[in-house]
Amino acid sequence: MSTDTSTSNVSGTESMTVREAIREAMREELARDEDVFLMGEDVGLFGGVFDVSDGLLADFSEDRIRDTPISEAGFLGAGVGAAATGSRPIVEIMFSDFLGVSMEQTMNQMAKMRYMFGGKTEMPITIRTTEGGGMGAASQHSGTVHTWFAHFPGLIAVAPGTPAAAKGLLKSAIRSNDPVFFFENKMIYEQTGEVPTDPDFTLPIGEASVERTGEDVTVIATQRLVGESLDAAEELSDQVSVEVIDLRSLYPLDTETIVASLEKTGRVVVADESPLSYGVHAEVVTRLVENGFYSLDAPPERVGVPDTHIPFSPSLEQEVLPDAADVTAAIERLA
Amino acid sequence: MVTIDIETDDGQREILRRMMLIRAFDNEAGDRFADGEIPGFVHLYIGEEAVGVGACSALEPDDYITSTHRGHGHCIAKGLETDKMMAELYGKREGYCNGKGGSMHIADVDAGMLGANGIVGAGPPLATGAALSAAQKGEDRVALAFFGDGAVAQGQVHEAINLASTWGLPAIFLVENNKFGEGTPVEKQHNLENLSETAEAYDIPGFTVNGMDVTAVYEAVEAARERAVNGDGPTFIEADTYRYRGHFEGDHQPYRDDDDIEAWQRRCPIDAFANRLVDAGVLTEDEVDELRAAAEAEIEDAAAFAENATDPDPSEAYEDMYDVSVPELSTYAGGSLRADGGSTTDQ
Ligand SMILES: Cc1ncc(C[n+]2csc(CCOP(=O)(O)OP(=O)(O)O)c2C)c(N)n1
Ligand SMILES: [Mg+2]
Repeated sequence: MSTDTSTSNVSGTESMTVREAIREAMREELARDEDVFLMGEDVGLFGGVFDVSDGLLADFSEDRIRDTPISEAGFLGAGVGAAATGSRPIVEIMFSDFLGVSMEQTMNQMAKMRYMFGGKTEMPITIRTTEGGGMGAASQHSGTVHTWFAHFPGLIAVAPGTPAAAKGLLKSAIRSNDPVFFFENKMIYEQTGEVPTDPDFTLPIGEASVERTGEDVTVIATQRLVGESLDAAEELSDQVSVEVIDLRSLYPLDTETIVASLEKTGRVVVADESPLSYGVHAEVVTRLVENGFYSLDAPPERVGVPDTHIPFSPSLEQEVLPDAADVTAAIERLA
Repeated sequence: MVTIDIETDDGQREILRRMMLIRAFDNEAGDRFADGEIPGFVHLYIGEEAVGVGACSALEPDDYITSTHRGHGHCIAKGLETDKMMAELYGKREGYCNGKGGSMHIADVDAGMLGANGIVGAGPPLATGAALSAAQKGEDRVALAFFGDGAVAQGQVHEAINLASTWGLPAIFLVENNKFGEGTPVEKQHNLENLSETAEAYDIPGFTVNGMDVTAVYEAVEAARERAVNGDGPTFIEADTYRYRGHFEGDHQPYRDDDDIEAWQRRCPIDAFANRLVDAGVLTEDEVDELRAAAEAEIEDAAAFAENATDPDPSEAYEDMYDVSVPELSTYAGGSLRADGGSTTDQ
């Protein structure tokens, strides 16, 4: 795909959390380009409900770190209007569940404007939002909805699983002239990893990353499940050699990398926190079947939320949330 | 008949008791959350008790309410049982939603309590709908929506009020202006002196009342209810109030000073009403203390009930999704994540 970004020659790395990686990506892009601004509920004075934008208000103005009223349809729509007229807004929707409130501006304006207008408008907007269960936040604050956005033509959707992916992809998203939905899993904000320090480090949207190489089974994972899959792979390393891929970009999807892995291992698990039916899993499996059918040695396995909402009670929430144990079980069924 | 008659001594005592019950419930919920016994988030209603109790007491028992993320007070004011509420906060099977909802989603539809809500501004359209069904069925029922000052900025709130006004529905829109939407002060969310001014745009009556005075809220809602059942359409009421605790428990509150909190604490709605009842000779000081002690004891029992209640069985996660039986869910409940239930990969 045509982003103006590429992996740069990286001089060094630094250990940071996913939260810091996202914050630094925003800080660098705000400093780099005056047209970039952040808006959302409590992103300024409060620093964001997950502290992601903490400190940005001190470094930039209230104009560019803009607290909004609780009006998702209004301010996301205003972001669309601003993007169509030369700004590069980053709009934060506090929980992805609230994307429903702003869906019209997403579906009919943001996604369609460039196409309907015959290519006459750019749409350089980034929507950052939090997904996922695991903190007892119940059904209206725990959803994983990225499939809808990956499915909807005209939108780009990314969902990083590591700090480096978070930083590199967010910077590319902000620099992109297309609307990018950036899905943050709220349970991995504290996860640490090495991140390149070069302020021009970016990662191309549309590329998956092999996080661990293996020979017997491929796990294609997203977000929190990347780490869980790496844990599962390590745990099983005596018995089976597992390759783990962070899909990173849901749309466009890196068919080449996943098919190459399938051709090597012949067995695949797809692990993503969206509900199983019609989820990211379905698209990944379809790409594999279309492009690597004869390499499949076994039916693919899916790991996801079993078509329920995320319940409040911890005993129920644990039941429906996929984790390393589910990935392990899937690998064992295949190996 | 109103739920609680504020004209009678018994009614006044009951109103005071319910406010005390809310205070005790939310103090306990805050403590238990801090102890790690309650998962998720809790948003406490402390300081705002007069709004919920004033409003629900003036409604009739069959009337509907919609609530917010800050819903414990609305529940207690509507007569919900504190033990089942606390069990829900704990995620237990004995809770109002069998543990599936938690603090933010407590509901008791049979009692006319159409749910706390995790989505800011989602209640008013539901209240408009409840008022519509009551009107269509010719029932003498009204629907009251509680929502926050922050929610007034939501498009769906505007749409709900416009519909109710245009269709002349028996609805009451009650804004709890507690001065903040999360960490953002009301002045940064609206360019209005009083949020009740928005009523003009819908050509419905709009009032701002002292939300720290349970009588003022009661009278405003009683009058609004009268209009609603007489076919005169909705009323917009703004209750001027304040939240004493953080937005949620654990909020570090960078957006306000302790002085502001203390100034409003001196206007405590419970103390104010208790003092008035003592002055009027309805209660002695000792009786006020007894009432408070009894409320606290009830909440301790509720917490003990919740602690000893049962965790839902994991299999219950697959229940309540649909009325019909869905094969996918039965398969998943059976322990397989494969829609075909397949456990073998041998080809
Ligand atoms: C649609 C939506 N947007 C944002 C939020 C996050 N949020 C929860 S409560 C809240 C503040 C609500 O303020 P207000 O309506 O004044 O109610 P209060 O908390 O003061 O009682 C926000 C922004 C949400 N739950 N739903
Ligand atoms: Mg408020």
